[in-house]
Amino acid sequence: MLANDAVLAAKGIGLRYPGQSANLLSDFDLLLRRGEIVSLLGPSGVGKSSLLRVLAGLQQSIDGVVTINQNPVQGVHPRVAIAFQDPSLLPWLTLEKNVAFGLDFKHQPKLSAAERRARVDVAINEVGLSHARSLYPSALSGGMAQRTALARCLARKPEILLLDEPFGALDEVTRSEMQQLLLKIVRDFDTAALLITHDIDEALLVSDRIVLLGGGPAREVGHWTIELPKPREDYVAELGALRVEVLTTLRRAMARRH
Amino acid sequence: MTLVATAPQRTRDASADVRAGLHPALTRFALALAGLAVLLGLWWIGTDILPPEGSFARKFSPGTAIPTLGSLLIGSDLPVHILVSLKRVLVGLLLALAIGVPVGLAVGSWSKLNEATSPAFQFLRMISPLSWMPLAVMVFGVGDPPIYFLLAFAAVWPILLNTADAVRKLDPSWLRLSQSLAATRWETLRTIIVPGVLSHILTGLRLAIGVIWIVLVPCEMLGVSAGLGYFILDTRDRLAYSELMAVVLLIGFLGFLLDMSARALYQLAAPGSRQPRVS
Ligand SMILES: Nc1ncnc2c1ncn2[C@@H]1O[C@H](COP(=O)(O)OP(=O)(O)OP(=O)(O)O)[C@@H](O)[C@H]1O
Ligand SMILES: [Mg+2]
Repeated sequence: MLANDAVLAAKGIGLRYPGQSANLLSDFDLLLRRGEIVSLLGPSGVGKSSLLRVLAGLQQSIDGVVTINQNPVQGVHPRVAIAFQDPSLLPWLTLEKNVAFGLDFKHQPKLSAAERRARVDVAINEVGLSHARSLYPSALSGGMAQRTALARCLARKPEILLLDEPFGALDEVTRSEMQQLLLKIVRDFDTAALLITHDIDEALLVSDRIVLLGGGPAREVGHWTIELPKPREDYVAELGALRVEVLTTLRRAMARRH
Repeated sequence: MTLVATAPQRTRDASADVRAGLHPALTRFALALAGLAVLLGLWWIGTDILPPEGSFARKFSPGTAIPTLGSLLIGSDLPVHILVSLKRVLVGLLLALAIGVPVGLAVGSWSKLNEATSPAFQFLRMISPLSWMPLAVMVFGVGDPPIYFLLAFAAVWPILLNTADAVRKLDPSWLRLSQSLAATRWETLRTIIVPGVLSHILTGLRLAIGVIWIVLVPCEMLGVSAGLGYFILDTRDRLAYSELMAVVLLIGFLGFLLDMSARALYQLAAPGSRQPRVS
């Protein structure tokens, strides 16, 4: 794998919060390429969200460098979009205005009003919410709210999507719809996506690669490149075997932590 | 009446009404009219049916009060009294906002200040504003100033407490959002903090209007020669009982209008928020 076809590259990341005796995370490497979904799995508290904040430029690491298109990150990159489990929609704005939120901020690329409108239209269409654009968040279901949050990311034409358990709070059916939507988005927008999840099946279903974090101080303890066609519902047997492998590695990593 | 609106309630499922073939707004309107009709019926029974012929209670009948209200509105100086009262309400509200919003913002953003002031505020809040009346007259003299003081004193609490509560309730995920969009401080203030707090301030304002309207009438019964409270005492002194009932009716009606306009303001300035329960 070559470093220069990566949109995002992290090298030797170390993480520690003040007052902690040992590193939370050490010596972590990651390459993220265009059009690829990488899932990050690992036990709770291992530092996944912290790592994502570092990659997003929201937080400093004590070690290592993160580069986006070969440039070291300084602060939040305008082409990086982040979504969390909580869609954090602003209740006083319509769906459409929520999607447009922040496009006119000072540190965002300058766009004309017409360009902004076009971006918002494309984003709302992509997530299939054209019929609901004038609704307020209080009238949206959980799935619609999370779609809106994704559209808000897409309106910024992201090169990199960083997703922290975005579907964790949704019911089974909605979640599987959202997984298909994520695949479609990555295909249509040709972005790279990093997906933090607790759901092994979700990771197996959508990712090109799975990275497993564990041990203490956490480092990469497992790494799978998945080369089944997508969607993968027809490959139950292969996925079953992979699932067992992921679980075993996860268990071993957790046992080492104690 | 709680001073801080509780978490917004999910609006009732309207589909039942739709299935019954009725527009939900229409159903609500019909029910409201029915409730008012019952009220009017009870008033009528209490003054015209139950009391014997020639009894004192008959002087308060809706049959005379309602026509009297009409003629008072056209042919007397009652409209002037209404305007005087409304002006006092407005001044009282503005004073309460001018004090309540900044203090609320300070108390809400600084927890030490909140801990220091909260018992004092609760203490002051539980003193009926009317009990300050003699004191207010001694300090501010007779006329409008003591009334402004009393009204502002009554209205400041819901505004202050709701503002403080709003700051505390600002969703941390909204701030995380503005951070992830590289918002400047000013952008965060303008697009997240101000609108996020506004709907709560408006809830406080609506509660304040309710409180002020209730306190207004007794306040106007002291040392002034205009306003609805004054007018009520005047009708009593003139033994004009149908006028008295007419003004009572008017006070209820104006209060209703005030609350409705506060609601409309809320809907206008804070769209998307479900109407918080004010109970
Ligand atoms: N701002 C902070 N200051 C100090 N410690 C922190 C901070 N944020 C997180 N931590 C600690 O760092 C550890 C990792 O947190 P993090 O949220 O990154 O884990 P996670 O892998 O995302 O967990 P989960 O799967 O539960 O979301 C936790 O022990 C947490 O208490
Ligand atoms: Mg996390």
